[in-house]
Amino acid sequence: MALTPQDVSRIAHLARLELSEAEQGALLSQLNGFFSIVEQMSAVDTAGVEPLYTPLSAVQDVQLRLREDRVTETNQRELNQRSAPAVEDGLFLVPKVIE
Amino acid sequence: MTTTPKLIRGYEVVIGLENHVQLSTQSKIFSGSSTAFGAAPNTQASAVDLALPGTLPVLNRGAVERAIRFGLAVGAKVAPLSIFARKNYFYPDLPKGYQISQFEIPVVQGGTVEFFVGDEKKSVRLTRAHLEEDAGKSLHEDYHGQSGIDLNRAGTPLLEIVSEPEMRSGAEAAEYAKTLHALVMWLGICDGNMQEGSFRCDVNVSVRKPGEPFGTRREIKNLNSFRYLVDAVNFEVNWQIDQIEDGLAIQQATVLYNPDTGETRAMRSKEDSADYRYFPDPDLPPLVIGPDWVERVKSEMPELPRVMAKRFVEADGLPEYDATMMTQSLATARYYEAAKAAGAAPKLVANWIMGEISKRLNSEGIEINAAPVGAAVLAQLIGRIADGTISNNAAKQVFDALWAGEGSDVDAIIAAKDLKQSNDTGAIEAILDEVLAANAKSVEEFRAGKEKAFNALVGQAMKATKGKANPALVNELLKKKLGAA
Amino acid sequence: MVSPMKPLHEMGVAELGRALGAKSVSSTELSQHLLARVTAAQALGAFLHVDAETALAAAAAADARRAAGETGALLGVPLAHKDIFVTADMPTTAGSKILAGYRSPFDATVVARLNAAGTVSLGKLNCDEFAMGSANENSAYGPAHNPWDLSRVPGGSSGGSATAVAARLVPAATGTDTGGSIRQPASFTGITGIKPTYGVCSRYGMIAFASSLDQAGPMARSAEDCALLLSAMSGFDERDATSVQQPAQDFHAQMLAAREGATAAQPLKGLRIGLPKEFFPAALSADVNGAVRQGLAELEKLGATLVDVSLPRTELAIPVYYIIAPAEASSNLSRFDGVKFGHRAAQFDDLLDMYKKTRAEGFGPEVKRRIMIGSYVLSHGYYDAYYLQAQKLRRMIADDFQQAFTQCDLIAGPVAPTVAWKAGEGADDPVKAYLADIFTLPGSLAGLPGMSVPVGFGEGGMPVGLQLIGNYFKEGQLLHAAHALQQASDWHLQAPAGI
Repeated sequence: MALTPQDVSRIAHLARLELSEAEQGALLSQLNGFFSIVEQMSAVDTAGVEPLYTPLSAVQDVQLRLREDRVTETNQRELNQRSAPAVEDGLFLVPKVIE
Repeated sequence: MTTTPKLIRGYEVVIGLENHVQLSTQSKIFSGSSTAFGAAPNTQASAVDLALPGTLPVLNRGAVERAIRFGLAVGAKVAPLSIFARKNYFYPDLPKGYQISQFEIPVVQGGTVEFFVGDEKKSVRLTRAHLEEDAGKSLHEDYHGQSGIDLNRAGTPLLEIVSEPEMRSGAEAAEYAKTLHALVMWLGICDGNMQEGSFRCDVNVSVRKPGEPFGTRREIKNLNSFRYLVDAVNFEVNWQIDQIEDGLAIQQATVLYNPDTGETRAMRSKEDSADYRYFPDPDLPPLVIGPDWVERVKSEMPELPRVMAKRFVEADGLPEYDATMMTQSLATARYYEAAKAAGAAPKLVANWIMGEISKRLNSEGIEINAAPVGAAVLAQLIGRIADGTISNNAAKQVFDALWAGEGSDVDAIIAAKDLKQSNDTGAIEAILDEVLAANAKSVEEFRAGKEKAFNALVGQAMKATKGKANPALVNELLKKKLGAA
Repeated sequence: MVSPMKPLHEMGVAELGRALGAKSVSSTELSQHLLARVTAAQALGAFLHVDAETALAAAAAADARRAAGETGALLGVPLAHKDIFVTADMPTTAGSKILAGYRSPFDATVVARLNAAGTVSLGKLNCDEFAMGSANENSAYGPAHNPWDLSRVPGGSSGGSATAVAARLVPAATGTDTGGSIRQPASFTGITGIKPTYGVCSRYGMIAFASSLDQAGPMARSAEDCALLLSAMSGFDERDATSVQQPAQDFHAQMLAAREGATAAQPLKGLRIGLPKEFFPAALSADVNGAVRQGLAELEKLGATLVDVSLPRTELAIPVYYIIAPAEASSNLSRFDGVKFGHRAAQFDDLLDMYKKTRAEGFGPEVKRRIMIGSYVLSHGYYDAYYLQAQKLRRMIADDFQQAFTQCDLIAGPVAPTVAWKAGEGADDPVKAYLADIFTLPGSLAGLPGMSVPVGFGEGGMPVGLQLIGNYFKEGQLLHAAHALQQASDWHLQAPAGI
């Protein structure tokens, strides 16, 4: 299956990327080139195979480690916001959010 | 479900709820930041909460513990293995550009919630309950045409509880939500503060002609009061029926309810059809909950409302309806048990709580633990009715006085208001003789078999004693005199 | 006074540790010497940021600790960090415009541990943007050049690290490896690098590319130096839920530990090295094949036996990796939205436009390409066919390794099909570049430890690395074999001309 220009602009919107006409065109052919090498993948029968979401579960049962419910963080607003594009009264400013 | 759906304008209403319950942990679900409400903007937003580059989530045991509690309380399956997934979308109050939630395998699966609508018992099945992180807040007051983002709330643990679409009216939906609200507070997993957003309702509403497949649903988001819930559903139902009657199709949508206008409107931010690109979060291996952990949580659980209600039915002889009412909240149950322990008859305690007390609580909008009349005093009052000191009518006057704070001692008020009823047989007999003499006609009618005449005579007697005579005694003596006993 | 047997910049981590311990040189002198070389070698494009002041302060602190009687193999040893690790005292860009000028409020765990061990960071090293690339040509701040031939690439994504170590600007550097980003540049520049088992080094503070694959590791000029660094970098970290809960390892001791039945002449006696036939295809360029065989012959001399094994799904590793890594990346990079930190577009109409322009301006072509691929394969209706299928194949690939390890202790082969290529080549066709990762991707997908060890030179006199892959947590065994090889050979000691 080949991607269409519509696919590219739909995905670009999902990913919040503004793409020029030229970029869209280049991406369309590059992505189709890429998916041509991906096709061999679909041919393999993986029935009954468990996905390997985290590598070590190939050889052991990996389970999530939990932290105790304790407050360990202090107010670091100054430090945390030092690279923020726009801040006022400790708030991050963004173009109007419309619900 | 046994209920026969009541139709609205010929349509059946179909409602399912999604409740977002903020869990009462000290720290956030994936970071060590405080979850305390009302701090200055972004002072409780750590590097992890802000999704600063390089940060990673680590799950809070306390959040899982609370999810297990809930699962056990609703008789659900607590999944031995569940998976955290990323729900990808861009929004300024979502720092990572994805929300860590549970998608394919949630921690709580199934379960039921039981409640009464009027005196009709209803049982609604739960689809699931899953753990996820709350988002921050967009403050819409104007910063030179921009919005301000406060991420203090980002990462607050949420349990999202999803019901099956088994409710058929706004009233049912509200009762379900109230019961759930009471339950999570009962379990101590949520503070229940709806003003602060600790317990939020999203309501999925659709309508259909009876027997037809489900209609397209619209989701009313973020309702934070049970009254708004009912109003919003009623408006939405009529709006949807209007659309259909006008031959228009319902489009699936997310809407907001505006209490001021009483109307719902579609959210613009949700217009583009969402494609959340869920996938298992590679930062968080599977959550494993062993049977030992579940057992420990079970052993630490408070007695559940449904179990307590059963006990009230079996041990106290309460009707099932009363027992359910007595277990609407832990406070109510405690009040009931305290009054009972002080010696009052269980059924009478239940009657007072369901009657006079809840009437006043509702009108004054306070909780039972704030009631001016405590359980011990109520028990004393009920005791005075039982031992014949006062009549039920007099008791209501005493209760009014106690509630109004005119006094705190039942006997003192009885004395002050001179409400003690007379049990003086001689005096009452004398009065009865006069009454019989003065009402020969009624006596004849009674003898002719007219029961009503008897009541008339009792009435006359009570009048003659200015209502002070013990009515039971008057009845008994009158029957004797009329030889009807 | 400085009177070492050879120039300070020729000395490795272990040697420098000894020299510092013997007080024959101070960390301050050492750091000044190397900082001067860094300044002189700016044209190599190895560093994105150099901070002499901070470095010399750290060096002085290390000297003070030595003076106070403290010891430690790394105390006062200069190095530099790949700019994918966040640092509180220096900017962090991940090679991307979107993080221009970004200052992290905290240090990455790996950085903090090396600081605690007393290493002195001279600055931040160039890399492909968000570690996406295999030539260091995707850095928003310009390429790094291969010291062996400035017209060639140093490999990637840890290209700046490789260049700096090969050019003797620093004795060692940190790197990260998602699909080969430590091993391939190490191979291209004739240095030694190790990617440990997934979970051995904390990922906290390592800007995420593909979370289920990313691992930090050291890049240096010998296995011994790597062992010393890895011991300090690794270990359990409660801030990373995928960090392995095991006690701190002394990889240097494991490296030195003699094998059972080993002799002085044959330190590797009894070691079975598996050669997957899929790692030696006809297409493998002759020069690389020759050098690799030469290294293997040396290992045989040292007592190892070579056995044929098979990793039948090697070719599938390419599509599997290039589905999984971009999928995770597309999500990991969503936080770069111009709201909390980093670049924000100057001109925009509304919120949506701000997002789109900020990200369009901030990300380079390769990053955009992978975000597009990742968003697509996760999008509605394609998940099962791509992402899920890839994760299932990933398990089959990992199972193939376990099968192979029933017949051998280590697996060996080339790191890359060719030596370092000329700058600009392959830029036209990204997919062609993906294919060149074929030998490093399978181990990455399985989360296995892997090394690149210099074993000679190929076309144009360019270095060739031998890849050694161990089973889970067998870093010690890898380092032991590599160390034995380096004790018996001098490929790893060769320096680029004019250095």
